[in-house]
Amino acid sequence: MPRGRPLLLEVLTALGLVLVPFVLPYVGFAPGTVNQILVWGLFGIGFDILFGYTGLLSFGQSAFFGTGGFVAAYLLTNNLMTSVLLALVIGTLGAMLAGVLVGMIALRRTGIYFAMITVAIAETFFFVENSPLSALTGGENGLPGVPTPHFVLGGFSYQVQNGWSMYGFLAACYFIGMVVALRIMRSPVGAVLIAIRDNPLRARAVGHAVGAYKLAAFVIAAAYAGFAGGLLGVLQGFMPPDAFTFATSGQLVMQTAIGGMGTLYGPLLGAVVWLYLRDFLQEVVGLGSTWKLVLGLVFVLLVCFLRRGIIGGLQDLAARLTAKPHPPAPEESAPIAEVAPPLASLGPSPRHAHAQEPGAIVLEARGITKAYGGIVANRDINVSVTAGELRGVIGPNGAGKSTFFKMLTCEVPPTSGRILFEGRDITGYDVSRVCQLGLTKSYQVNQLFPRLTLRHNIMIAALAERRGRFRLDLLRRAERVPGLALQTEQTLALIGLTARADVPVAELAYGEKRRLEIGLALASSPRLLLLDEPLAGMSPRERRETVQLLKNIRRGRTLVVVEHDMDAVFELAERITVLHEGTVLAEGTPAEIQRSSLVQEAYLGGVAAE
Amino acid sequence: MITWPNFVSQLFNGLATGALLALISSGLTIIYGTLGVLNLAHGAMFMLGGYAGYVAFQATGSFVVAVIAGALFLVVVGAALERVVIRRFYDRPPEDQILLTFGIGIVMVELVRFGFGSLSVSVPPPAWAAGVTPMGFLIYPTYRIVVLGIAAVALGTLYIVLYRTRLGLMVRAGIEDSGMVGMLGINVYRVFMMVFGIGAMAAGFAGIVNAPVVSLTPDIGDSILVQTFVVVVIGGVGSFPGAILGGLISGEILSLTSMVDPAYSQVMLFVVMTLVLLLRPQGLLGQRGRA
Repeated sequence: MPRGRPLLLEVLTALGLVLVPFVLPYVGFAPGTVNQILVWGLFGIGFDILFGYTGLLSFGQSAFFGTGGFVAAYLLTNNLMTSVLLALVIGTLGAMLAGVLVGMIALRRTGIYFAMITVAIAETFFFVENSPLSALTGGENGLPGVPTPHFVLGGFSYQVQNGWSMYGFLAACYFIGMVVALRIMRSPVGAVLIAIRDNPLRARAVGHAVGAYKLAAFVIAAAYAGFAGGLLGVLQGFMPPDAFTFATSGQLVMQTAIGGMGTLYGPLLGAVVWLYLRDFLQEVVGLGSTWKLVLGLVFVLLVCFLRRGIIGGLQDLAARLTAKPHPPAPEESAPIAEVAPPLASLGPSPRHAHAQEPGAIVLEARGITKAYGGIVANRDINVSVTAGELRGVIGPNGAGKSTFFKMLTCEVPPTSGRILFEGRDITGYDVSRVCQLGLTKSYQVNQLFPRLTLRHNIMIAALAERRGRFRLDLLRRAERVPGLALQTEQTLALIGLTARADVPVAELAYGEKRRLEIGLALASSPRLLLLDEPLAGMSPRERRETVQLLKNIRRGRTLVVVEHDMDAVFELAERITVLHEGTVLAEGTPAEIQRSSLVQEAYLGGVAAE
Repeated sequence: MITWPNFVSQLFNGLATGALLALISSGLTIIYGTLGVLNLAHGAMFMLGGYAGYVAFQATGSFVVAVIAGALFLVVVGAALERVVIRRFYDRPPEDQILLTFGIGIVMVELVRFGFGSLSVSVPPPAWAAGVTPMGFLIYPTYRIVVLGIAAVALGTLYIVLYRTRLGLMVRAGIEDSGMVGMLGINVYRVFMMVFGIGAMAAGFAGIVNAPVVSLTPDIGDSILVQTFVVVVIGGVGSFPGAILGGLISGEILSLTSMVDPAYSQVMLFVVMTLVLLLRPQGLLGQRGRA
């Protein structure tokens, strides 16, 4: 999320755009080049939201660039409408529609699959434009005769001309595009997108509908591409068919990487470098078509040595020069208070609407079985947990505890059997929906958002509870979500990490990360919290602290804890379920379990017999 | 006009195109399967193989030497790239690897443009494969039959290497779990270098074999790269049999559609890919849960 004083970036952007015509001509930029830079910069803003912030590398942006451009150009050159602005808007809507359709296909897969599919789909657009639709699009000739905008305002009329007049129009478009993008990235949606880039699995587990947010980012990127495509036609007076080519997508990716991804301004800077070098190498140095070889080499070197591009490199340099060290990691993490900070009223939240009746059954597993091929991990498990209870689950390695937990939170579906949470059958639900209902877990292996600060991590989880699975509040500031700040602070206080709130997670000590792991689950205000080995890998002191933390957080919550630390389990739990070879071996109070000969034989037995 | 001879000859065309696509895609898929790297320079390597063969042909006049030169040159280029650059990227996110290979591809294309210009060059088919062969009720260009044969032999060789040799066993184990292979004491880096070399060779070999069919330009690899992606998505990423099946299906789609209307052949290819994605997202022979 772009930080800094409110509106500072907006003011600097406006100032920069106003100064350009007075400065750039003196360093060898023709107005035509500057105008092209603006179009590419605007195109890149959307791509940066998709790739730099959300982590989805698409090589198919040309599809939307071309769609927006050709829809607008078609409307204008066929005299279907006279308002250039209206045509641009309709072109943008067309590109967004294409974005929805393509996104629904491409986002079925992630990573390299996503990249390959976007390439293939963009090529389809090119072929469709070039042959079947050539009667509408002019095929290889494109659409000539795109008019420039004409404004009428109270008897005063202005026709945009090529050159600096066009610059004024494009600069206004770029400014609006940038202001909107900044708003989006400061909104809760922007925060969730960044979380998805960092750890999609956890973003989903804390209750965000990851697929829907990815599609939103994809459509936003398509909108920027479509709008920029329309502007390209207006700028050149001609809509070229090569807007649709793979080379267009490739140029966008390279410009963004050169300028710096995840900065919003990177694509603009990348376009400056690209187009300036093109003109400079071709005309001044006289390299002819070899300029692209030089740029290709520059790009490869950049990917190797300056991954975050020019802006990223400058940011790193500035950070090093003005190094303000974070408070160093304490030798031992801050102690957990014996008494938990009171949970103040957090305002209306669906999850607090109905408190659990003491003694009611909260979670019920009815005969759940999980088989992986021929291997049965869990067989016919029946377990029920009552409200307010702290249940321990123990069992030797390979007893099926992790599989059992994954089924309870719907991370993996059971092969047979049902899971009921507060009387509702949640079998087959999405993890994010289960979390929204008030059931979540902390992971055995930390699943954090490593590039964000501790506070930001907690905020991501709290946002899911405050806003639900999916919401497109693109223009609201994230901090203004009602109750968010309070909930974040309270969670930080509960896990005893308030003093470290602004440290990036990557710099936390292991014990602190473990505590944050629990904090992420807590921040979504679950009524039932599953903890998968919360004490794993901790020092004796950290264990004591965490046991105290568990005692604190169990007030008003139902807890199920898988743990190998027997002392802790027998100290904390009211009832214990023993899993052995995928089935429930025994269940009872700690005293009953300690006496059970079955348990001693199967689990502790090996020790007793020696 | 769709006639029987026309249909059968397009069927053969599809088989020849498909076998070549299968070969190129096998290279892409074993590189991805073993190294976890999506090689966006694969199209450029196809092109480079064609040009390396062209140079060898100009020097010796022998088509066989040209084919060998195209394949060997790409083994060297592939292995060197892995050793010098790609290896530094195994620990970096997949997006970085994609950007890197994309950049390498551009450098290759522009280097060739620098050396040979943008105009097309061609390698003629060898004298013994020029002309046409009568095949019952149709006559068919001899060289296309040769292409089919060469591609089939190459795929068979690749199959033997992958399924009948020690290297192949290591490669297939690496596809399953590269971390485990390393723990078993196999020098993973050497295997990786060989795999990248073999994968690049598959592209380069196809590039020179295809040169007498379609003349060479520096940009010839672009559309091949995209078609290779489609093949791999249809067949399943990381699956060698999937690459072959996907290649043959794609080749037939391209030729049979162009018999009806060439304008739609590429479009139809992507329609089929979309259908596969919707109905079987992991690809026809791909395994669920990979990639």
